[in-house]
Amino acid sequence: MAEVLVYVDHVDGAVRKPTLELLTLARRIGEPVAVALGAGAENTASTLAEHGATRVLTHDAAEYADYLVVPKVDALQAAYEAVSPAAVLVSSSAEGKEIAARLALRIGSGIITDAVDLEAGAEGPVATQSVFAASFSTKSRVSKGTPVITVKPNSAAVEAAPAAGAVEALAVSFSAQATGTKVTARTPRESTGRPDLTEAAIVVSGGRGVNGAENFSIIEALADSLGAAVGASRAAVDAGWYPHTNQVGQTGKSVSPQLYIASGISGAIQHRAGMQTSKTIVAINKDAEAPIFELVDYGVVGDLFEVVPQLTEEIKSRKG
Amino acid sequence: MSLRIVVTVKYVPDATGDRHFADDLTVDRDDVDGLLSELDEYAVEQALQIAEEADDAEVTVLTVGPEDAKDALRKALSMGADKAIHVEDDDLHGTDAMGTSLVLAKAIEKAGYDLVISGMASTDGAAGVVPALLAERLGVPQVTLLSEVAVEDGVVTGRRDGDTASEQLQAQLPAVVSVTDQSGEARYPSFKGIMAAKKKPVQAWDLSDLDIEAEEVGLEGAWTKVESATERPARTAGTIVKDEGEGGKQLAEFLASQKFI
Ligand SMILES: Cc1cc2nc3c(=O)[nH]c(=O)nc-3n(C[C@H](O)[C@H](O)[C@H](O)COP(=O)(O)OP(=O)(O)OC[C@H]3O[C@@H](n4cnc5c(N)ncnc54)[C@H](O)[C@@H]3O)c2cc1C
Ligand SMILES: Nc1ncnc2c1ncn2[C@@H]1O[C@H](COP(=O)(O)O)[C@@H](O)[C@H]1O
Repeated sequence: MAEVLVYVDHVDGAVRKPTLELLTLARRIGEPVAVALGAGAENTASTLAEHGATRVLTHDAAEYADYLVVPKVDALQAAYEAVSPAAVLVSSSAEGKEIAARLALRIGSGIITDAVDLEAGAEGPVATQSVFAASFSTKSRVSKGTPVITVKPNSAAVEAAPAAGAVEALAVSFSAQATGTKVTARTPRESTGRPDLTEAAIVVSGGRGVNGAENFSIIEALADSLGAAVGASRAAVDAGWYPHTNQVGQTGKSVSPQLYIASGISGAIQHRAGMQTSKTIVAINKDAEAPIFELVDYGVVGDLFEVVPQLTEEIKSRKG
Repeated sequence: MSLRIVVTVKYVPDATGDRHFADDLTVDRDDVDGLLSELDEYAVEQALQIAEEADDAEVTVLTVGPEDAKDALRKALSMGADKAIHVEDDDLHGTDAMGTSLVLAKAIEKAGYDLVISGMASTDGAAGVVPALLAERLGVPQVTLLSEVAVEDGVVTGRRDGDTASEQLQAQLPAVVSVTDQSGEARYPSFKGIMAAKKKPVQAWDLSDLDIEAEEVGLEGAWTKVESATERPARTAGTIVKDEGEGGKQLAEFLASQKFI
């Protein structure tokens, strides 16, 4: 059976959830071979094996942390040449897309970005994409070279599928471009203790209607009662009420949770672009005409300062 | 020596318009009004600020697109860019990101550059891969997704806010930079700027000017193929209730019925 290369997104050996989703998709088209780079790469192996990786190619070097993107492209290309896979899958983070694009160009292959589903096809993998703020859905395939495909988080279920996951050292020689862009300082994001926005099963977002940084505690309380991540509209971020890392939308994060709760958000096209593929959508807005209501499975026309705390209390009492 | 900045700007269909596909599954650009991609305004803005800081600099805006894409160039010129290049060719219809990056890279090389500045993503395709592809093709450092950028003594520095960390980056020119919408509000063209833009030079190049064969671009040259495009069925109308004191409880009941609680 053909092998499929899966690029592993991990933090010091802790594999991020979208990579496990990639393994589920990779198994539809072949046998997953994982590529893990940087500090802690070998520690990813047991998790990757549990989810279907037959082999785990690892390499660590200071370059991965000290220089932007290109060292990782060099390594992925080395893995590509060693494995001759049927496809290469990378998760659709900003960096993931850059790595995938440069690899595709180097190996003379077409690239599909931001797939939301993937299936085997007669002429190679067929990817589903969601375009124009999710108002259309397209099916595409790569027509030249080895398909390189980036997949959005939450596009597939994480499944246990035990496989060998044998660790093998990957031989990498860095290109002249590898050291072009130096990372002179790095400030890790402080953990909020809440789930990661793009990976969360439930996202609770607040917008301009929240009316102040201090009021975001109402949104956070609801999120915590559901074990959810917190999101914000650009209006709330631009006003300085919530960090940009939590922005949902075209120029923020794109989320696709099981449940999305929007409070005090009107539902502008750029916001919709980042949340419209959510499975269930709920909104609380005092304006019955707000466009967000066109999307909802359940909407409450009302003041969020009344509705949200009542909802949080009710959830807490139901959960006991 | 003057600092030569090339800003890549895309002409895109208006996101608030009714965007759809043409029969050949390319983006229909005929029936929807277009404009300079809002995310590329941030690139123009940073280019102008860097040029203002430098002793001697020249800002060229470059687009690959149909006849109407001139509107995008005019807007950038009226913001303050010095000159423009428009790559237009019938054979470009249906070009994908790989092909676009080829055309842009050839045009950038022909124009001459020290610094390329792109937007973070186009508002229609939004793949956000063209800047990385340009760096790969040009063989220069990629300094992308910056929310802060500065150029001094032939070195570009900036801040990139990533998923798990915020990074400070540094590279020697020549380099390819892309900036996010966090990099600072773009200026509005002044009346004087709009008048001045009418007299600024817009150079027109076609594929032969760039030594690119028709087969390398367009639908034929695309390395990916769209097989179908379907409009998402409208979401089935949801339940909407007016809060009369019990809205939170009703919502909780709905969430419980969907097994979220
Ligand atoms: C290039 C570009 C990129 C963009 N990217 C993004 C993006 O990534 N993400 C994003 O979100 N936006 C983005 N935007 C901005 C977008 O166009 C909207 O301006 C923004 O989403 C509006 O945020 P909002 O819904 O919070 O605010 P508003 O549109 O002002 O809506 C606030 C809503 O709150 C309601 N409200 C007020 N008070 C209460 C209350 N007490 N109780 C209940 N409801 C209340 C109001 O009825 C209103 O509907 C982008 C714009 C551009 C041009
Ligand atoms: N046809 C084009 N003409 C000029 N610049 C472009 C074009 N397509 C993409 N770009 C540039 O590349 C950036 C990222 O685009 P994309 O990878 O398509 O999301 C844009 O913000 C532009 O700066």
